[in-house]
Amino acid sequence: MRALPVGEHALLLEGTSGEEARALHAELLRRRAEGSLTVREIVPAARTVLLDGLDDPARWAAELASFDVPPVPPCARELVELPVRYDGPDLAEVAARWQVPEDEVARIHAGTEFTVAFCGFAPGFGYLTGLPARCHVPRRSTPRTAVPAGAVALAGPYTGVYPRSSPGGWQLIGTTDAVLWDHARVPAALLSPGTRVRFVPVENS
Amino acid sequence: MTDRALVVVRCGALTTVQDRGRPGYAHLGVPRSGVLDPPAAALVNRLVGNPPDSAVLETTLNGCAVRPRSTLTVAVGGAPCPVTVGGRPVGWGAPVVVPAGELLEVGAAVAGVRSYLAVAGGIAVEPVLGSRATDLLSGLGPAPLTDGTVLPLGAPSGPPARVDVAPQPGPPAELVLRVTPGPRDDWFTTRAVRDLSTRGYRVSSASNRIGLRTEGPALERARSGELPSEGMVRGAVQVPPDGRPVVFLADHPTTGGYPVIAVVRAADLPAAAQAVPGTPVRFVPVHRR
Repeated sequence: MRALPVGEHALLLEGTSGEEARALHAELLRRRAEGSLTVREIVPAARTVLLDGLDDPARWAAELASFDVPPVPPCARELVELPVRYDGPDLAEVAARWQVPEDEVARIHAGTEFTVAFCGFAPGFGYLTGLPARCHVPRRSTPRTAVPAGAVALAGPYTGVYPRSSPGGWQLIGTTDAVLWDHARVPAALLSPGTRVRFVPVENS
Repeated sequence: MTDRALVVVRCGALTTVQDRGRPGYAHLGVPRSGVLDPPAAALVNRLVGNPPDSAVLETTLNGCAVRPRSTLTVAVGGAPCPVTVGGRPVGWGAPVVVPAGELLEVGAAVAGVRSYLAVAGGIAVEPVLGSRATDLLSGLGPAPLTDGTVLPLGAPSGPPARVDVAPQPGPPAELVLRVTPGPRDDWFTTRAVRDLSTRGYRVSSASNRIGLRTEGPALERARSGELPSEGMVRGAVQVPPDGRPVVFLADHPTTGGYPVIAVVRAADLPAAAQAVPGTPVRFVPVHRR
């Protein structure tokens, strides 16, 4: 793990893998909860965790080198089930890339347990990992100008659900009626880093 | 209906409600948002007797005009501009009483970009995640003002400041941004790192609340490939594929996949919010304290 300084009050902690970053994130949350770490933002991402709003980043950079970071225990976090209709316009293309029939895409996707690696792009948008490498697909070469809210999509190693209508370049394989983001709700985000997710197929109505 | 309200008569190019924003939610993809020029907003709040985090209006280049339904104290600061009440000139950077029903005109900026209008009691739209700020990237908070928008106001909490005119820094003729290198300066050639501080850049007209875009020499990458998405901070100097540095401002995305060559000192960001397109930009590397 390396600690890269980011301006005057932040550190970017870089792990060698997404798994290491995930474990570090869990440990940082634990230390903040117990009061031994004071920081404004803890922002996990693909292979890094950003600490923003630190009084003394240099001291923390030194201290972090001696952190004992236990691996994240499986099943430590809550499981969210998202009902999904596998009816996306890119289902055929994804099936072709996976070299399976279309209904097999649904079976594989719904049979996978995902974890929210991190959030970004829009409030409530989670980057979900869990698909095996052979199921990773590239983004569309031309992004759509409007992807509907609730679209279940794939890009690279990630699955995501668009919380609201927005432009987007991911491959759309399905639709969910789950509300990913509602700022009047507590918590506003249905998914947060570390949440486990399963997609549960429902019949087309 | 309460008469503590402002009616927007002329919304201007872009006028938004802003306060100190919503820090603490970046891990959910929620930008920090908030005023782009915090010292200017804090000053006008102080002039009308508000706490520093009260919500104000942030205008862009050509001001706005509002009509209060009840008599109230206001102050305009940030980018210098003519201010009139009922057509008569009044003070800029000073507390001013606007009688009920009179038109308060915040004119076009004569220098700088963003003027701030504080009203005693603050703008009292419903907060979202603890903030009334309009976030143009994610759409949280109130929509940008349109003609006819009615803004509720809070109750005044303190007396206006007893000053005639408060001094405020003028907008910069040259925007000097002190930067600390990294975290991804190793993604660029040593020449690019030198170019950032020695070649001239100018503020691009494509700048907005998300980022200050620049025009100038493209910075050359030392390595190709994609950087996995990572957390971003306000003031990050991100370099997209066209090589022209972008300085992240309040509504910046919380994660990004383009490398950050350096980070601007927080103290220099208010000036970045006031630099008009075409202003020369100089990035000055400084050592960490």
